[in-house]
Amino acid sequence: MTALGWALADSWAIARRTLTHWRNQPGLIVFNWFFPVLMLLMFGGLLGGAMDFPAGESYYELLVPGIFALAMLFGLEGTMTAVTTDKEKGVTDRFRSLPMSSTAVVMGRCIADMLDSVVTLVILAAVGLALGWRWHEGLPAALAAFGLLLLLRFALLWVGIFIGLTVKNPQSVTMVQVLVWPVGFLSSTFVATSTMPDWLGTVAQWNPLSSTATAARSLFGNPDPSSTATWIGTHAELAAVIAPLLLIAVFLPLSAHRFRTLSR
Amino acid sequence: MTTECVIEAVGVRKNYKGGTAGAGLNGFDLEVRAGTVTGLLGPNGAGKTTAVRILSTLLEMDSGTAAIAGYDVRRQGAEVRRRIGLVGQYAAVDEVLTGRQNLVMFGRLNHLGHAVAVKKADELLERFSLTAAAGQAVTKYSGGMRRRLDLAASLLVAPAVLFVDEPTTGLDPAGRIEVWNAVRQLVDGGTTVLLTTQYLEEADQLANRISMLKDGKVVAEGTPDELKTQLGSDWLDLVLADPAEVQRVVELAGPLADGEIRVTDVRVSVPVKDRTRALVTIANSLHEAKIEPEDITLRRPTLDEVFLQLTGPEVAA
Repeated sequence: MTALGWALADSWAIARRTLTHWRNQPGLIVFNWFFPVLMLLMFGGLLGGAMDFPAGESYYELLVPGIFALAMLFGLEGTMTAVTTDKEKGVTDRFRSLPMSSTAVVMGRCIADMLDSVVTLVILAAVGLALGWRWHEGLPAALAAFGLLLLLRFALLWVGIFIGLTVKNPQSVTMVQVLVWPVGFLSSTFVATSTMPDWLGTVAQWNPLSSTATAARSLFGNPDPSSTATWIGTHAELAAVIAPLLLIAVFLPLSAHRFRTLSR
Repeated sequence: MTTECVIEAVGVRKNYKGGTAGAGLNGFDLEVRAGTVTGLLGPNGAGKTTAVRILSTLLEMDSGTAAIAGYDVRRQGAEVRRRIGLVGQYAAVDEVLTGRQNLVMFGRLNHLGHAVAVKKADELLERFSLTAAAGQAVTKYSGGMRRRLDLAASLLVAPAVLFVDEPTTGLDPAGRIEVWNAVRQLVDGGTTVLLTTQYLEEADQLANRISMLKDGKVVAEGTPDELKTQLGSDWLDLVLADPAEVQRVVELAGPLADGEIRVTDVRVSVPVKDRTRALVTIANSLHEAKIEPEDITLRRPTLDEVFLQLTGPEVAA
C-alpha cells in the first residue's frame, strides 16, 4: 500500500475507535445528539412566545437554522475533550510510538467528529420539521446550507484540536467550554442582532456563527430579520465561506505543528 | 559499538524549558544487549521517563546520539517505531473500548490485516490471562489487568525492544506480582526489555543488568549482584549517650566494617556483611569497654544510601 493509502487506512482505524465508543456508550452519545434538540425546545417553547413576529410566522423558522449553527459550535467541546483526554491518558503517546501515519491521529478525529455532526444535523432537522420549520428554496439549496454548516464545523474542529492539544488537562477544557457559551449567544442564533445595542450588534454580526446562520436561513428561505444594511449582513454567504476557510488556514497548521512538537 | 547492542545512547542531553533541575538528561549513556532485561533504576526526577521518551522517539533530545537496532532515533524515527513497543507510565489503552477492541485497533494501526489482528489479539489475551475479561470495557479492569493489557498491546508485532516505563507504579501488591509475572514471560520469550523503576526490589526481581540513574546520568551499572557488592551491605547504627565515646566505638567497630564508617553527631553507622555475628561482636565489645549505647539497630540500606554511596555526601540532605 502507498503512504497515502496507509494514512487513509490508519485514519479510518482511528475514526472507527470513536464509532466503537458510540456503540459501547450509547447513552452518552445519544445525550450529546439530543442536547441541541433540548436547546431548540427550550428556546422555541419557553422564549418563542415572547418573540414579536408577523402573524403566521413561527419563531422556529428563525430559530432552527440558528440552532444548527449553534450545534456546530458546541461540537467544538466534544473535540477538545476527546483530544485532551487522549493526550492526558497517554493514548496519544501510544499512537505516536506506533509505525502508523502521524496525520492519521488528527484525521481520524476529524472523520469521527464530522460524522457526529452529520447525525446531529439530521436529528435536529427532523425535530425542526416536526415543529413546523421548512426549507422553501428546494433541496439543492437546503443541501448547500447544510454544506455551509458542516464547513463551519470542520473549521471549528481544528480550533478544538489546537486548544485540546494546548491546554494542560481536561479540567482546563471545562473553562474553555464556559467561554463557548457567550460566543454562541453573541450572534444572530436566537434573536435579530438589530435588537442589541449598536456596538454589541456589530460584534454579533461579525461572529462567524451569525454569517453561517444568516447564510443558511437565506438558502433555506427562512426569515432573517438581522440582515440589515451592513456589509457583513448583506454578504453573509461570502462570509460563511471565507470565515471558516480563514479559521482552517490558521488553526490547521497550528494544530499540525502542535501535534508534531507535543511534549518537546 | 557492537552489533548486538540493541539500544545505544551516547551523551544524550535534554533540558526542559523552565523544568526543575534533574528532570532532564545530562550526558546519558546506555548500552543494552539483545535478549537482556536492563533495569533503569532511579528516584523520581532522575530522568528515567525522559530517557524512555527520547529512545522511543516521543521526545527530541537537545544533543547526543541514540540508536535502536542501529537506527538513529532522530533521523530514522519511522524505522525505530517499527521496532519498538512502549508500555507507558500510565496505561495507554482506550478505557471505553473492551480489551479485545483495544488490541484489534492497535493491531490494525500496526498494519496487520483484520483477521490477523483478531487472531493476535485473542492469542495475547490468552497469554496474559485476560480472555475472561476480553469483552469488558477497560474501565472495569483492575490496575494490574490494565497494565497487562498495555503489555499485550505492545507485543502485537514482536518488537526488537520493549520499553516498560514504571510498570507497577500505583499498583497494589497483588497487581505488582501480576505485572512482574507478565514481564518475566516476555523475558522467557527472549524480548529485549528496558525497564524503568524506582523500586530496587523490582529491578532486582526482573533485570539482568541495572543502570542507576541520578540527575539525568548513569552513575553505576552492572548485574544486580555486582551492584549489591558495590553498594555494600547492611548497616549497624549505634547511637551513643556521650560524644566522647565516639572515637572509641569507631575503633571497636573497625574490624567489623565492610566499608567506610560514617559518624554523624553521636550516631556511628557501620556497614556490615555478617549481620548476626556483627551484632553479637559489637555488643560484646561495647560491654567489655563499659560503653552503654542508647540504641543499636541493624537495617537494610535505603535507596537513598545507595545513591549516597555512589555519588558522594552532597546528596545527604
